[in-house]
Amino acid sequence: MNNERVDQIIEKHNGEANSLIQVLLEVQNENRWLPRQALERISEKLQVPLTRIQHIATFYKAFSLVPKGRHEIHICMGTACHVRGSQNVLDAVKNLTGINPGETDLDLKFSLETVNCLGCCALGPVMEIDGQIHGKLSPADTAGALKKYE
Amino acid sequence: MPRINSSAELEKLRESILSKIDPNKRTITLCSGTACHATGSKEVASSIEEEISKQGLSDQVDIRKTGCHGFCERGPIIVIQPEGICYLQIKPEDVPEIVSQTIKQNQILERLVYVDSVNEEKIIHETEIPFYKNQQRLLFGNNIKIDPKSIEAYLALGGYSALAKVLFQMTPEQVLEEVKKANLRGRGGGGFPAGIKWEGSRNAPDDTKYVIVNADEGDPGAYMDRSLLEGNPHSVLEGLAIGAYTIGAREGYIYVRQEYPLAVENVGLAIKQAEEYGFLGENILGSNFKFKVIVHQGAGAFVCGESTALMTALEGRAGEPRPKYIRSNIKGLWEKPTVLNNVETWANIPLIINEGADWFTQYGTETSNGTKIFSLVGKINNTGLVEVPMGMTLRDIIYKVGGGIHRGRKFKAVQTGGPSGGCLPDDLLDLQVGFDELTQAGSMMGSGGMIVMDEDTCMVDVARYFLEFLTDESCGKCVPCREGVRQMLKILTNITQGKGKDGDIELLEELGETAKEISLCALGQTAPNPFLSTLKYFKDEYEAHIKGKKCPALYCKELIAYYIDPEKCQACMACLKKCPSDAIIGGKKTIHVIDQDKCTKCNTCFDVCPPRFNAVKKISGEPVPSPIPEEERIIAKGSKEK
Repeated sequence: MNNERVDQIIEKHNGEANSLIQVLLEVQNENRWLPRQALERISEKLQVPLTRIQHIATFYKAFSLVPKGRHEIHICMGTACHVRGSQNVLDAVKNLTGINPGETDLDLKFSLETVNCLGCCALGPVMEIDGQIHGKLSPADTAGALKKYE
Repeated sequence: MPRINSSAELEKLRESILSKIDPNKRTITLCSGTACHATGSKEVASSIEEEISKQGLSDQVDIRKTGCHGFCERGPIIVIQPEGICYLQIKPEDVPEIVSQTIKQNQILERLVYVDSVNEEKIIHETEIPFYKNQQRLLFGNNIKIDPKSIEAYLALGGYSALAKVLFQMTPEQVLEEVKKANLRGRGGGGFPAGIKWEGSRNAPDDTKYVIVNADEGDPGAYMDRSLLEGNPHSVLEGLAIGAYTIGAREGYIYVRQEYPLAVENVGLAIKQAEEYGFLGENILGSNFKFKVIVHQGAGAFVCGESTALMTALEGRAGEPRPKYIRSNIKGLWEKPTVLNNVETWANIPLIINEGADWFTQYGTETSNGTKIFSLVGKINNTGLVEVPMGMTLRDIIYKVGGGIHRGRKFKAVQTGGPSGGCLPDDLLDLQVGFDELTQAGSMMGSGGMIVMDEDTCMVDVARYFLEFLTDESCGKCVPCREGVRQMLKILTNITQGKGKDGDIELLEELGETAKEISLCALGQTAPNPFLSTLKYFKDEYEAHIKGKKCPALYCKELIAYYIDPEKCQACMACLKKCPSDAIIGGKKTIHVIDQDKCTKCNTCFDVCPPRFNAVKKISGEPVPSPIPEEERIIAKGSKEK
């Protein structure tokens, strides 16, 4: 993400320091991670020390300081999914992709995250890939679901 | 659209909207909430639109995409008005038939209607389905009637009349009295009376004050606030504006999780519309009251649901709570008096103003009034959002509304209150649901998650699960929460892995006591609850894990083994083909055996074994029987037919 685009986003939020989180969220959503150069630009423009930005970027779950894979897998570990066996689904996906939650594989295909409730409890256990919900999964179904992604 | 500048103009507009609506016109109402989206309501919507125009019915039939209807288990759902015919689990291929049969010829498609699980009776009308019939949908009922993207739909149902009433017929003191009299308690978890909170802020000397909607719904297994905000955003805005008028605030915030994109979209649109019509902004409805609302997206931190942490996050910092020597209604956001209430609490306000406190208090128990929306999930037949009067028993909610336990299994516990709550066993099923009743039983109301568990759920694992969640979500500011909860998790994990030892329970109790006494915020103070309540009601399970190295629910992986009963196995190859780790030895006509060294205990073989064979067993606390000799594994033709 170039500095011009970062400036546009900052402009949209009137360049106020208390919009910091909203600015970071927009950069994260567009770029899918927060590169150092963008953070430095935000720090300079909003007059917020980089240490505080680092604090925020590591505190909130939505932010990533490393590049993400082309497809983001979210496995719901909410209570309703948990009692319906989401742990087994997670184990199966970990096996298939070879990565743990919070990690991205080496060819940047998949990033794996666990989330706490997607609010689709009727469909549990639920896995979301790039916003698409795969519901009522058994561990054996996961391979078929992952195959669709290149 | 012209701005509305007085109460009379509002009523005139309402009349003109209503005059354009023909109550007898055919309308297909389609649930477009998040859960139905996930099951394909978007595709259904486009095929309805296509089919209606193809069959030349565009003038005669309206299509209305609404917020969540609540019956998420059976989505996508459509209701055909004015008759109220309800079809469940619709697929795009059902649509041509629905249009040609039901819309054109009034024929009911029996395969799409609700079938009662008890007497197999077919129920056509939405209001007669037991799931809906046993509810009291004061707040949530409008979701089904309106398109959340249309302010006119809200106005047609009497929207913003409460705001007009407050501005032109009531003083702030009178509004405050009414809210206090209604005894509206905070729906976000604490149950603190909203009126008293408001009064504190109103009386605070500062000129600048704020109101906030807490829509940072983080409890796993709870999604009612999202559905209200998605499905009826104007009701929340109207409540918020009334609150602002009462305490004297000019600015309000909606703090909503960024994981709820549809809620963010709908509430943003609603604010824009309300500003255009003059329900928000300068000189609201021609009065001298001004009020603006800003949406702030949360970046994903459970602790931000805590009021002081949420305010810190709004200020653009990491959302850590602060000690509440001075309450936030006196010194909150930017050190100014701030009233923070949950989505559902705000949505109750217009109702209380319109109908009066006496009407409101007829619902509920002595100390908990009105209704409460619960998210009824887990091992239950009718997963969904249910709104019931306070004081209904757990049994009625689970069996009458929820339709009982999944697959006819036995009820074990219901977990209420999210990670801060507790698990209640079957002998408390007749407990009336209310703030104080649940707290006395060792759980709490929380935001309204209700997770039903059956006999296959291990209670020690449930406690471990919640502590894992809380360890992950602890902000790390205070030691008892950051370190104490982590230690509790370590011990509980050991217990579920068969490494529990004498003294563990006592140590857990001591750590829990400390976290409860000296943590900074409610997250740490209530963190021991999942453990304490499961210990109180299910102590035998803890003892079985620690002393017998046995998981009675056959859930904890390290304590169970899978075994195929050679007497029952028909060598059907189902499990052998599906096993992801090739741990099953056998073949056609050769009884299958599990290689215990290779087995990863993924449960696949247990799931796929046909129920008529039922050969895969889980065992715990006893050795796995040794496999039968290879020569005895061959099944001779006909020898096993029984």
